[in-house]
Amino acid sequence: MSDTTLDNHHGHAEHGHSPLNNQLFGFWLYLMTDCILFASLFATYVVLKNNNAGGPTGHEIFELRYVFLETMLLLFSSFFNGFAMINLSQNKVKQTVQWLIPTALFGLGFILMEINEFSRLVIEGNGPDRSGFLSGFFGLVGTHGLHVSVGLIWMTVMIVQLLQKGITPGVRSRLLRLSLFWHFLDVVWIGVFTVVYLMGVM
Amino acid sequence: MTTSALFGRLTLDAIPYQNPIIMGTVGTVTILGVLLVAWLTYQRRWAYLWNEWFTSVDHKRIGVMYIIFSVIMMLRGFADAIMMRTHQALAQGMGQGYLPPEHYDQIFSAHGTIMIIFVAMPFFIGLMNFVVPLQIGARDVAYPFLNSVSFWLTVASGLLVMVSLAVGDFSQAGWSGYPPYSELKFSPSTGVDYWMWSLQLGGIGTLVTGINFFVTILRMRAPGMSLMKMPIFTWTIFVTTVLIMFSFPVLTVTLALLAMDRYLDMHFFTNDFGGNQMMFANLFWIWGHPEVYIVVLPAFGIFSEVVSTFSKKRLFGYASMVYATIAIAILSFVVWLHHFFTMGSGANVNAFFGIATMIIAVPTGVKVFNWLFTMYRGRIEFTTAMMWSIGFIITFAVGGMTGVLLAVPGADFMLHNSEFLVAHFHNMLIPGALFGYFAGYNFWFPKMFGFRLDEKWGKRSFWSWLVGFYLAFMPLYALGFMGMPRRMSHYDNPYWQPYLIVALLGTFLIAFGIFSQIMQLAVSIRQRHALRDRTGDIWGSHSLEWSIPSPPAFYNFAKTPVVEDLYAFTYMKENGINPRATAPFAPIHMPRNSSIGVFLGLFTFTLGFGLVWHMWWLVVGSLFAILSLLVMRSTDDNVDYELSPQQVAVYEAEAYQSANQASGQHAADLATQG
Repeated sequence: MSDTTLDNHHGHAEHGHSPLNNQLFGFWLYLMTDCILFASLFATYVVLKNNNAGGPTGHEIFELRYVFLETMLLLFSSFFNGFAMINLSQNKVKQTVQWLIPTALFGLGFILMEINEFSRLVIEGNGPDRSGFLSGFFGLVGTHGLHVSVGLIWMTVMIVQLLQKGITPGVRSRLLRLSLFWHFLDVVWIGVFTVVYLMGVM
Repeated sequence: MTTSALFGRLTLDAIPYQNPIIMGTVGTVTILGVLLVAWLTYQRRWAYLWNEWFTSVDHKRIGVMYIIFSVIMMLRGFADAIMMRTHQALAQGMGQGYLPPEHYDQIFSAHGTIMIIFVAMPFFIGLMNFVVPLQIGARDVAYPFLNSVSFWLTVASGLLVMVSLAVGDFSQAGWSGYPPYSELKFSPSTGVDYWMWSLQLGGIGTLVTGINFFVTILRMRAPGMSLMKMPIFTWTIFVTTVLIMFSFPVLTVTLALLAMDRYLDMHFFTNDFGGNQMMFANLFWIWGHPEVYIVVLPAFGIFSEVVSTFSKKRLFGYASMVYATIAIAILSFVVWLHHFFTMGSGANVNAFFGIATMIIAVPTGVKVFNWLFTMYRGRIEFTTAMMWSIGFIITFAVGGMTGVLLAVPGADFMLHNSEFLVAHFHNMLIPGALFGYFAGYNFWFPKMFGFRLDEKWGKRSFWSWLVGFYLAFMPLYALGFMGMPRRMSHYDNPYWQPYLIVALLGTFLIAFGIFSQIMQLAVSIRQRHALRDRTGDIWGSHSLEWSIPSPPAFYNFAKTPVVEDLYAFTYMKENGINPRATAPFAPIHMPRNSSIGVFLGLFTFTLGFGLVWHMWWLVVGSLFAILSLLVMRSTDDNVDYELSPQQVAVYEAEAYQSANQASGQHAADLATQG
């Protein structure tokens, strides 16, 4: 425990930066609570993993090559996002937008691939209502997909804001938070890829 | 079940017009509501309420609104309690009571849900909203707008519970909603859905509040206030916010999984297709046990403030109090399994959780001794707030001991789900949470409104509650030993009935306690000029909130105070430092009021209602509206404004004047009334 004071009180009154720092810190805390949310979903999945109730196992339905491509789309999306952030730090509006667009497109590609995978499973009769295992799978992977989709909406809003307002302190702060969110979803996906897919086909 | 595109599963049959009790309640509430609306319209108060309260982002106003909301819900929750007690006192042998089983089951489910989620939570959140920024010398919380959103989400989810009374039904699965009973197969009506969505949507608001106050306390303290110079109430809130951030996501997941089971035919908790019901119990209590400490720790903080203030001493063992709070918080995450020792997880696992549970008694005991030593050789002033605190210490010790008893897995196998358990957790939560909030309400009321509460009615309420509590719950311990299970709508054992009649009498006494509290408020408002707090420091207390006028100016502190000591204001008083800020003032940045919070609450309510009744157009529309509001807010750069030094000087003079010149205020009041 530190005995030093974080002397940010004046921030709200005198310096313009502090509330934005608070926003970044608060958002980071939200991501930590999201971590717990995903941890609970991972735990649920692991508990239900072998409850396939006569239905298929992970070994039978997962296609590693397909999921690897999905993973690459998401990772490259974050990579492009990094370039967008570099341009943001150099106050280049146009270049930031130019990098955000592939970020969003690759994210969209990831989501479309996931929707395709889900619909294939449902059509084959291996939907989330088939077994505890598939419920856990759709619950965990679907929640991640939902997060990515929300991120895509957010990114679209930010592209519009960038074009309309340019780089204001508010826009910068929101873009930094979006970037944190985007990378966080990568980290979660690495967990999904490992625990669900790799361990599933083992 | 048939569904229509427009109304989903909702039909006119959903209104329980054949049930006279429910319809009577709904009728009364409707009439009262219409009268209130008519009165507000007649008094032309709507613009005032909307501009000054509903759209306010001021933490003090939001705090007061939380407390009002909590009190309204408490009346509902207590009405449920008195109905249950009356029913159980009658429903022996040939006596059938007056509630059909399905209605009785809804009442105990609603009672638990309301008392924990919509009474205890908003009450302490209201107190912390009002007090914490003042105690740490801040102008507002870190995210004033999100604070308003949290409040309106809480209101929306509370409203959902209230609507379940008139449209459809409420859950019959208990406040903990265990599957498989809460699954669609066994609870096909909308009851569980109302329970599930109100908890889910309200829980999001609570999580946001947790983050908000964590950042506020960590980053917005006055210069000089190191962590170990924070007032003890702020410390307990700080630890509480950590508990909220760790536990509420688990509730979100648990309820979401149950929702997927009920809406998408999935198999997380079902009996068949590889579901696992005990996973729900585990997940629910991984949230649920910390939740107990979320509502109790703030009360511990209040008791610490109250006991030290009215013993005219500094708190004994401040540092040990802090460490005990942290220890309780950590331990609260490793005891969840004691809620279901009977699951059959084996002797070793049960032993671990039993021992961990017993260990919690150690830091809690440290706290009890700290309060006792604070009082020891103090000049104790028996105000109402102090009475609540002393009543708490004694009663809570009894409840704690029965808790240690229940923590023995062998004993728990006998007492599990018996009336003994009901007696135990009421014995923890009524003194441990509610008495604390009542103490805090009496303690900080003068700071909120500028006049203190009437002592005579306050003491009447305390004694009625205390004696009523013992009468109502001690018999339940005995009933537990006699083998009576909880939640029975009918029983055949004539030996149980006398105890249940005594418990009913206790409930009547508590009802008189609540009546006394309403009287206390009414009498105090009538006599507000005689009870006015002219000093701002009516009790002679320690922390910064007492260094400014009552009620404080909307920006709290004209100049940020500098903290030299743990007892910041006591230090100022002892060293002759005048806390009143003097000119020249610096400009102050303040957040603008926003109506978006209210609308977010509104659409969250329609979202919940649409989900409950499968009205998908309403769900999609509400989600779209919520998203649009969020985008609107994010695009709005005009969210704060600046008070000029001249304006600050004017407001500052006003705040001190209204506190000091009560007689002048009186004349002004008469003038506006005439």
